[in-house]
Amino acid sequence: MSLADTQPEAAKQADVAVPELLGPWSLMWRKFRRHRVAYVSLWLVGFIYALALFGDFFAPERLDDTNRRGIFAPPQGIHFFVENEDGSSEFQLHAKARKVQVNQSTMRRSYVDVPGKIIPLGFFVEGYDYKLLWLIPSNTHFFGPKDPDDVVYFLGADRLGRDILSRIIIGTKISMSIGLVGVAISLVIGVSLGGLSGYYGGWVDNVIQRLIEFLRSIPTIPLWMGLAAAIPLGWPPLRTYFVVTIIVSMIGWTSLAREVRGKFLSLRSEDFIVAARLDGLSDWEVIRKHMIPSFSSHIIASLTLAVPMMILAETSLSFLGIGLQPPIVSWGTLLKEAQNIRTIIEAPWLLLAPGTMIVVAVLALNFLGDGLRDAADPHAH
Amino acid sequence: MSDPILKVRNLDKHFPIGGGFFGKPTDIVRAVDNVSFDVERGETFGIVGESGSGKTTLGRCIMRVLSPTNGDMTLHRKGKDSLDLVTADRARLTESWQDMRMVFQDPQSSLNPRLRVLEIVGQCLRKSEGLSGKALSDRVGGLLEEVGLRKEFLMRYPNAFSGGQRQRLGIARALATKPELVIADEAVSALDVSIQAQTLNLLQDLQEQFALTYIFIAHDLAVVEHICDRIAVMYLGEIVELSTTQDLFRAPKHPYTRALLSAVPIPDPRARHKAKRRLPVGDGGVPDKGCRFAPRCPHATELCRNETPKAKPMAGADVLCHYAGEI
Repeated sequence: MSLADTQPEAAKQADVAVPELLGPWSLMWRKFRRHRVAYVSLWLVGFIYALALFGDFFAPERLDDTNRRGIFAPPQGIHFFVENEDGSSEFQLHAKARKVQVNQSTMRRSYVDVPGKIIPLGFFVEGYDYKLLWLIPSNTHFFGPKDPDDVVYFLGADRLGRDILSRIIIGTKISMSIGLVGVAISLVIGVSLGGLSGYYGGWVDNVIQRLIEFLRSIPTIPLWMGLAAAIPLGWPPLRTYFVVTIIVSMIGWTSLAREVRGKFLSLRSEDFIVAARLDGLSDWEVIRKHMIPSFSSHIIASLTLAVPMMILAETSLSFLGIGLQPPIVSWGTLLKEAQNIRTIIEAPWLLLAPGTMIVVAVLALNFLGDGLRDAADPHAH
Repeated sequence: MSDPILKVRNLDKHFPIGGGFFGKPTDIVRAVDNVSFDVERGETFGIVGESGSGKTTLGRCIMRVLSPTNGDMTLHRKGKDSLDLVTADRARLTESWQDMRMVFQDPQSSLNPRLRVLEIVGQCLRKSEGLSGKALSDRVGGLLEEVGLRKEFLMRYPNAFSGGQRQRLGIARALATKPELVIADEAVSALDVSIQAQTLNLLQDLQEQFALTYIFIAHDLAVVEHICDRIAVMYLGEIVELSTTQDLFRAPKHPYTRALLSAVPIPDPRARHKAKRRLPVGDGGVPDKGCRFAPRCPHATELCRNETPKAKPMAGADVLCHYAGEI
């Protein structure tokens, strides 16, 4: 090839079709999908948020329906085949009907199956009335007993005979949304303070960084307790909910602010940022068009990792009795029911069912965040 | 023939190091120290030197990406009044950035990986000429063809290009505003040799086509010899020798230039060991007084160690050495 030949090879073969090339977001998605656990977690998280959104549709029983005949009822299994009188078996989802027996000497309740009596179960059955998405009136439920008068406790019942499964499903709404709202608040505070810190540097940076160090040096539980104790008991549940969210995000924004600051600092000296300035873009345009898109994927990943922290914080506060209070139902207030040894021994499902739900949700969000972070990092292989 | 496009006089750029929240800086680095030169219209002005000699800092000071500590810089543009770059405000600088453009060293990091070629090359046009839509894509497409790429590449992202192609994109971006002066900061050092040659030829073709003036910053002497008309050799922030390419390569006058030239690898293994001139390795520190090169100079005397040399004009070159012409 002669030196004067400045045409690249591709230009000479003008008839060669140019393949469709993927943008950075598509490449990220492709990389993310290769991360199996994260991909499964994405579906799981999606399912949990669907539970939160369509809670009443998935819950078989009304949230506050008490039942004297179901106090501390243990979980019931689902059975698939019924035996007809002629000895042949037939497919029919059902649960065994139970009755209460009270041991007169110890005054303990126990539940025994009623032989030959079943409660037929089905999908899309009729149940209590509710409004789907707060708008559409409906009484169809995803799964439950076919006769609305029957009650089946798939995950057991609490001391008032309320269905734990339904309460967990309804509690998803509060627990999962507190994570989102808390993260949204942290995002706003974190990105603006972190951005100021990283972009201006100097004393602004110094003040903000020292503030962050100060906040992080305070032990979280006493801080939360102090703040939560200041919430008046007479407040309506919704206001308490928002104040708890703000308390929970008090600490959450600090790590995000640090991350944003670091990104600003490292991007500020990147050649393409200098080039954008030389192209005549104003500071704000450089930030909006070049800096924020370059670290938005990192922000999404760290936000995803922050959501489980928020969920756990709310759970701990509610468990300690200083966060949300009944009648608000969240996973934390459900766990609070299982605070004494006697309950745990006699009705372990009160602890296990909400506990498992929290662990599953937190793990799924963590795996999802890890997967997103790996996919967003262009240097990882 | 004197029609300078850029005049630089006594330019300093010092960086403070150390010092915390309350402390004062403990030391300063004189990255560019008392540098003066003119760049003539239409020429290719080379700046060479080893790593840390301040060539990139000098280039960035001229672009006013960095603010110089001291000194004067004036840009003389055709049909416009001359502009004092040191005192210019943001608005005038933004305007000057259309006439004075930069090609960056690293084709990887100088293109935003999240934007399409259209946006990367075209954003300066969107800004300066208010172009958008079809007009913008036609214009950018034309620019791509001028640098030897295809119009079809408009909607691609930088990750779809090779190093050489990316550097062409960088060049297209620099040319978009029809500049008079282009500062190429190590524009070919990140490329491999055959691509370097292609890119250099492209730069030369474009220079003829658009009557460009280049300031070409490099550390590779073979590259500057190929492309430059005049060369300034920098050492620890100072220009130690400024002369025409021919003179510099035929008769280097400063001992550092000689050492630099003899360090060029010779492709013939049999000729290799003859002409080696070895230089003691410096610690990168700047002596308190005297010539900065004195600690490594084979000809240094008491005079060199005690008195700071002044630039000596001799036979078309400026040499910063007490014994220029004698040794």
